[in-house]
Amino acid sequence: MAGIMRERFVDVSTQLLDTHDRLAVLTADLTSALFDGARERHPDRVLNFGIREQLLISAAGGLALAGMRPIAHSFAPFLIERPFEQIKLDLNHQAVGAVLVSAGASYDISSSGRTHQSPGDVALLSTLPDWTIDVPGHADEAEAQLREAADGDGLVYLRLSNQSNAHAHGIADGRLHRGFRTLRQGTAAVVIAVGPLADAVLAATEGLDVTVLYAATVRPFDAVALRAAVADQREPAVVLVEPYLAGTSVPEVADALGDLSHRVLGLGVGRDELRNYGSPRQHAIAHGLDSAGLRRAVVGFLGQK
Amino acid sequence: MTTATFEDLHDLMSTMAGDEKHREAATSTLDALWVLYDRVLRVTPEMAEDRDRFFLSKGHGPMAYYAVLAARGFIDPAELRRFGAFRSPLGMHPDRALVPGVEISSGSLGHGLPLAVGTALGLRARGIPSDVWVLIGDGELDEGSNHEAIAYAGRVGLERLHVIVVDNHSASHGWPGGMEKRFEVEGWSAVRANGRDHDELEAAFRAPHPGAPRLVVADTGVR
Repeated sequence: MAGIMRERFVDVSTQLLDTHDRLAVLTADLTSALFDGARERHPDRVLNFGIREQLLISAAGGLALAGMRPIAHSFAPFLIERPFEQIKLDLNHQAVGAVLVSAGASYDISSSGRTHQSPGDVALLSTLPDWTIDVPGHADEAEAQLREAADGDGLVYLRLSNQSNAHAHGIADGRLHRGFRTLRQGTAAVVIAVGPLADAVLAATEGLDVTVLYAATVRPFDAVALRAAVADQREPAVVLVEPYLAGTSVPEVADALGDLSHRVLGLGVGRDELRNYGSPRQHAIAHGLDSAGLRRAVVGFLGQK
Repeated sequence: MTTATFEDLHDLMSTMAGDEKHREAATSTLDALWVLYDRVLRVTPEMAEDRDRFFLSKGHGPMAYYAVLAARGFIDPAELRRFGAFRSPLGMHPDRALVPGVEISSGSLGHGLPLAVGTALGLRARGIPSDVWVLIGDGELDEGSNHEAIAYAGRVGLERLHVIVVDNHSASHGWPGGMEKRFEVEGWSAVRANGRDHDELEAAFRAPHPGAPRLVVADTGVR
């Protein structure tokens, strides 16, 4: 399954370039070669800037100012963290839209070490207004989200990963479900599983009396669905399971449940730098994001009153 | 007030009071801005889609810019009196969402030129034959983001892109051999002009530069 979302991104973007004459795909060398065919057909709209990520984002802003719909792509640390001021000023502050599509996620490229890991990207973007942040858990979801983003004019971050669920939980009746979907119902707590961690969460909560919600989009945060799910619980208790920095969406839960006494546990990638290489699976275990680690955390949380 | 003359700009600028600390920066750009808006740019307050674009990257000291926009009918000259006030659209750094005629919001240095590269690419992709102009400061040229843009724009021959560097000789470590050398090595057409001489500036702005983006260093003589 490795890289399947990124391959889908290339295939779908290439198709969309043929039908959307305002669409442009921007790269900074990474993945650029996979767009060679598209570049031959659309040399003015498939643009590779070389290893220049600040320019990648600024040029996306400039293209949007000229009435284009830019899709900019790189690995997450180089797309979000390195040019963050360009995102803040050349997209948000200019009041223009763009689609940023990352690959690599938190530790897909674990063997490359810290330089290629980006657990903080969603937290960083969450400091800015107006972003739709999509965290697909399956290539079919990523495709639907990309098609929707290409048709729109807002600010969209599409966070692709090599990790994937077996099924597209976010697709219902052949269509992308935008809000949280209920995967399991219970009464002791609400567990929100974000993107590719859904299958691990379902395995971890097997036999537990909890509701499991699935989120392939975390901004805007579906406060309405969360409140409805909490209303069915014996007490307002929420566990967030996010495939990036632990606690990133805890403020959203606090806002959604601000008028209720509630408990919340934010699970995700730890803040400490591991300085380990190895596989993504090993990193998931180290951060407690495998099904056994998640079950220990959820059971422990349920046992606290 | 579109019949305003260069002499009128001083009255317009003097209406902007406050503790603006970049007055020298503002006056150093006045001549280049006026020549652009009076003689070169194809832009009117109607902001037609095929207008030329002007990006003030050096957002510091925008008084000259506001005065020129007022003189050319983009903003009400009466608005200048409220410069810097809480509810005024005219701040210490221009905001495109607040000020008619302002193409980019600027202030943090090193953003205008990379944005302009994108806009020049976008206009080209749409088949709109507009020129894109950016004004930056010689100190601002220190920002690394500019050098990503300079290298790329030169290599791909973005000939509708024009950069004016207002040279107040303020860059802390200078530019050995002149800024022109830095741009030329990347494939730009480059020239230095007297930043106070309107005819010389106009000639530099209008000179052909086929297949290459263009740099005009407007030397103010300030040191």
